[in-house]
Amino acid sequence: MKAPVFAYAKPASLAEVFDCLDGGEGVRLLAGGQSLIPSLNMRLSAPTVLVDINHVSALRGISEAGGVVRIGAMTRHHELATSALIASLLPLIAKAVPHIAHQAIRNRGTIGGSLALADPSTELPACCLALDATIIAANRKGERRIAARDFFLGIYETALAPDDILIAVEFPLPGEDAICGFDELARRHGDYAIVGLAAQGVRKGQTWSSLKLTFFGAGDRPLLAEAAAQAVVFGKGIGAAQAALEDALSPSDDGECSAKTKMHLARVLLGRVVETMESGT
Amino acid sequence: MTPAAETHTISLIVNGERVTRAVAARMHLVDFLREQLDLTGSHLGCEHGVCGACTVQVDGIAVRGCLMLAVQADGATVVTIEGLTDSGVLADVQEAFLQRNALQCGFCTPGMLTTIAELLTVDPDPSRDTIRDAISGNYCRCTGYHAIVDAVQNVVVARRTKEAAE
Repeated sequence: MKAPVFAYAKPASLAEVFDCLDGGEGVRLLAGGQSLIPSLNMRLSAPTVLVDINHVSALRGISEAGGVVRIGAMTRHHELATSALIASLLPLIAKAVPHIAHQAIRNRGTIGGSLALADPSTELPACCLALDATIIAANRKGERRIAARDFFLGIYETALAPDDILIAVEFPLPGEDAICGFDELARRHGDYAIVGLAAQGVRKGQTWSSLKLTFFGAGDRPLLAEAAAQAVVFGKGIGAAQAALEDALSPSDDGECSAKTKMHLARVLLGRVVETMESGT
Repeated sequence: MTPAAETHTISLIVNGERVTRAVAARMHLVDFLREQLDLTGSHLGCEHGVCGACTVQVDGIAVRGCLMLAVQADGATVVTIEGLTDSGVLADVQEAFLQRNALQCGFCTPGMLTTIAELLTVDPDPSRDTIRDAISGNYCRCTGYHAIVDAVQNVVVARRTKEAAE
């Protein structure tokens, strides 16, 4: 199908973006467009004005300062995948990005777009939770900092207000002895995950001191499995950790598989990811 | 002006030539290339980014032509399969496709070739798995993919042999 009619604006600065966002309901920001344009083409979305933020240079770039890695909202997945800074400082992101769709999509899609969309079966929102990221939103009145755990509210629902623009994400450096693991199960490479797991922890020798397990595709938002992580950290065995997932996750039936199957797959993934992390591979 | 009548003048370079046209905001890049420039090598399949048939190069990288608006290509350099063919950068890949029966109906072929062009630029010596991964976003309903992977591997070996001889 073809997209419905809309007006198009191309602001060059954040101030111009704020002007556009004053346009009220029906104004949508166009980031990489890899989810928004399909929804336009399928007429699932009908904005009155599309505000193309691809030319706002303040929204781009990856930098590190004061123990924090800051990633601009319009940084593309492909840039994350090829960034030496990300590979060395945030390996979880580097591991997750190749799972996002396909190269041509990663060439356009952006981290800010992915987070603002908040599709519960996608990789980067889960990474943000596992890495304790802070999402930075701005509007005409100023900037707001929102912890990732408070940002994702439900399917396609975030803490962003209608006049907000997500401008950047900040990640605290994982620190010494940090290890991470990432995996997802999908029918075909590049498909949305049936279920996935982003894990970030600290382990010295054979001893865990902390672990965050964030599942995606297992509920209406990325979900932290805290009891399961505690079971791993306290050495209670993978079986105990897997059993603890029952209360943490709330997958639903869909066309691909049942909630029961997803719970099973989540347990399988947990076993695989923790084993990989503990074996240091 | 009502949105329905709203058009935007865009100026871009397509296959080496400067073009300037008025486009509706809602027109995506592949419709623009096919309908306004008669470049029908880029195919329109699913129109939601899944099939890969519309893959074209914008500023040197492969993108889904159906997931980018024509108005967003203002100022860009676009290369379609027509441009890639004329420049000869893919001549050996196209010949290998022919030799290995890596196409039948040909619908996916322009997108497939554009994807492979990018792959061989970033990784001149890809493994079979890497090739499969690279083309995983391009659907082919005829070949079962093996012939395509074979063709790319043949090109990789031939290019390596040629380089060693030079």
